[in-house]
Amino acid sequence: MSNTHGHSGHDDAHDISKAVKTYLFIFGALMVGTVVTVLASFIPFGNPAVNIAVALLIASVKAFLVAGYFMHLISERKMIYGILGATAFFFAGLMYLTLWSMEPTSLIHYIQNVP
Amino acid sequence: MDIPYTVTPRQDTGLFNAKVGIWLFLASEVMLFGALFSSYILLRVGAAPGAWPHGLLNIPLGTLNTLVLIASSMTVIMAWASLKMNRFGNFKIFQGLTVLCAITFVIIKSFEYRDKFSHYEIIKNDGTVLDGHLISQDKESVTLHLAEAKKHPNAAVVQEEKKEEAAGLKPAATHAEAAAEGEHHAPVTVPRSEIKKMENYGPWHNTYMAIYFTLTGLHALHVIGGALVMAFFWGPGSKMWRTEPERFTNRIEVSGLFWHFVDLVWIFLFPVLYLL
Repeated sequence: MSNTHGHSGHDDAHDISKAVKTYLFIFGALMVGTVVTVLASFIPFGNPAVNIAVALLIASVKAFLVAGYFMHLISERKMIYGILGATAFFFAGLMYLTLWSMEPTSLIHYIQNVP
Repeated sequence: MDIPYTVTPRQDTGLFNAKVGIWLFLASEVMLFGALFSSYILLRVGAAPGAWPHGLLNIPLGTLNTLVLIASSMTVIMAWASLKMNRFGNFKIFQGLTVLCAITFVIIKSFEYRDKFSHYEIIKNDGTVLDGHLISQDKESVTLHLAEAKKHPNAAVVQEEKKEEAAGLKPAATHAEAAAEGEHHAPVTVPRSEIKKMENYGPWHNTYMAIYFTLTGLHALHVIGGALVMAFFWGPGSKMWRTEPERFTNRIEVSGLFWHFVDLVWIFLFPVLYLL
């Protein structure tokens, strides 16, 4: 929901009515994406990892549409990008630690194997 | 005393304060749900082969709830857009629809929870395992409607049987037949004297149910909290529109950002818990 200060009320209303068309398109894409997610989960790809990758890929596209268009992240202020950049850094670190801890050579396994 | 920067943006951030506040809050929420997703990954990867249940949840209901939440994301942004276009009447309609969607989501979720709390696993003294929904019980016996087989490729019944076999337990014949045929079966009454263990599919049943209830429960609390705020803005809080329309519009924007985040979390929860 972008900051529209600096526009006149008329321009604001005009911009918003244009944006509504985009919202409707995104809404349709999200609905279709949900149906595709469910249908794809029933397709036997042979390897469960492929099913997981496909489901997470579709979910990521849907998340991008919600964050980018409904939350207006594609046209936000630098301050918001700064906050989200820091969040993404720590989130990535958290996921890295999660995956790293499952490696056979990780510290957790070392501690567990100490006699 | 006037609170500064509720309408006009600060020069340093370029934003009104509530917007910076909500994004900082959402950043903390990302880490909260991130930690729970991390726990999910560790629990799932750490589970014994074949022990992680699949297909225990109702996919049609989960899909319906996803569609309801996406619809609410649309109505909440339309509520904000209506205010931007100076159409207060339309705002009332869209905001009201958002609250209705939120209530629908919670009602559907409560049906799913009720289903899990009435779904029992009974281990008999001879090692036979019965799995189904509780119909009735008294001091003498328990009557179950044996589990309906799931058509999903990762059917729960099959997975559960693998776990039971690994534990040296015998799946009941009717249970196995149900898995193969996908049919409803007549109720089965079990005398309590024959029951070794009886437990429903609450969060205590296994790690999958524990993480399912934790993740969806926390998400449901967010839905309820968001619905209360939006209901306030739809009702008594909307008086502000008459005196401070821009400030009210900003309030709707901020509550909308929170609501989209709730939708965003569900977009990942749905496939992870219901489909994978």
